[in-house]
Amino acid sequence: MTLLLASFAPPYWLSTLIKVLVISAVVPTTALILGMVFLFKIMSWMQSRLGPQEAGPRGTLQLLADGVKFLQKEDIAPDGADLWVFKVAPLVVLMSTLVLYVALPASMHLVVADLDVGVFFVLAVASLSVIGVLMAGWSSASKYSLMGALRAAGQLIAYELPMVLAVIGVVIQAGTMSLNGIVLAQNNGSIFGWSGIGFPYILTQFLGFFIFIAAVQAELTQPPFDMPVAESEIVSGYQVEYTGFRFLIFFLAEFATAFVFAGIAAVLFLGGWAVPWLPTASDWYYVLGPIVLFAKVMIVSFIIFWVRFTYPRFREDQLQSLAWKVLIPLALVNIVVTAVLKVVL
Amino acid sequence: MTEYSDFVRQYLTVVIFAGVGIGLGAGLLGIGKIFRPTRPQEQKYLVYESGVDPVGTGWSQSQIRYYIYALLFVMFDVEAVFMFPWATQLEAYGVFGLVEMLLFVAILALGLLYAWRKKVLRWA
Repeated sequence: MTLLLASFAPPYWLSTLIKVLVISAVVPTTALILGMVFLFKIMSWMQSRLGPQEAGPRGTLQLLADGVKFLQKEDIAPDGADLWVFKVAPLVVLMSTLVLYVALPASMHLVVADLDVGVFFVLAVASLSVIGVLMAGWSSASKYSLMGALRAAGQLIAYELPMVLAVIGVVIQAGTMSLNGIVLAQNNGSIFGWSGIGFPYILTQFLGFFIFIAAVQAELTQPPFDMPVAESEIVSGYQVEYTGFRFLIFFLAEFATAFVFAGIAAVLFLGGWAVPWLPTASDWYYVLGPIVLFAKVMIVSFIIFWVRFTYPRFREDQLQSLAWKVLIPLALVNIVVTAVLKVVL
Repeated sequence: MTEYSDFVRQYLTVVIFAGVGIGLGAGLLGIGKIFRPTRPQEQKYLVYESGVDPVGTGWSQSQIRYYIYALLFVMFDVEAVFMFPWATQLEAYGVFGLVEMLLFVAILALGLLYAWRKKVLRWA
């Protein structure tokens, strides 16, 4: 089985077609899994309630039922809306999510495109989604929407930087920007000659990991950074005028993005698709790689959602000053220390 | 030659996937079109303002308070662009590269400190 997969090398167009089909299935599935496991089950468990129980065994099919419900909802655009922009905005957000999946490696060869500048590419396209959000907020011609979109843009400005600067520490250690290269560097590394668990960068880049996760939380507009969609102040912000499936696309994109960011964090800090006891060249990773990556993604997502369910919302000025006065200086210090240690040691 | 075409192909894949993203969303919406009802009613198309009729236009003027943050953002983002290639090659540059970048970071950190002292990093 694994050897069969290893020797399978289709021409470019066929392989692209296969990748398109696989990713089109993977994106909604991952969003469903995260929504189901964390938003419904773990959240209700943390808040001492039962959560969905009726649809499917123990309520596991609740999101599918919700999807069918959204499918039947009328598609409404408000009167003064800039119709074309209004309709395209969710698609822009979904597009940014899908392009993120291109760079995420599930094993050495199970990757849509192993870009040389992988990390850089991910950080660049991740900020595309805010364009969709701005489009949605502005085109709705609603005050709440506009306010939510402006808040989202302000948040991106503040948290894009800590994220980028936190990643530089990893790039310095690995000496490459390719995501596969970073995985290899971690799993073929050793801690002062001891290679028992490879060298996952979370050990040295713990500060970077912390900053990265905080910034991811902000990019996903999840509590405690959910000012742009604060329901008690601006009634869901830029999403307020969206109904039915267009709203569902925003939801889908948010959770799929959460999954892919957890994946990127797993690749950068936890060793990605590899386990240290199996050489990275092994053919077993055709099967094992996605499983290992999925397990690590679940761990990182658990942290992300744990924070989401625990902390209350920041105020807008607190949010900005946390980024500029705490996270960015810390990230700069992290870069300097990592660089000095890299050259000296 | 082959290497260059590989490089271009990788980004062709990216473009294809961007298209797939749009197509996937449009496809889902298309499926929805078969199932969903359309029953026009004037009140449905009012924008939502917590239950009362909307006042004035939705594109009201609002003060964007974070434009100075935005300027700082541009400065630091450009810095990050310079730092990535340096980070990959740090081992080759050695102490020389390290000192160069430390100077660069120090100057920018000074800029941030200046902005901080001038009370720009305040929600005004």
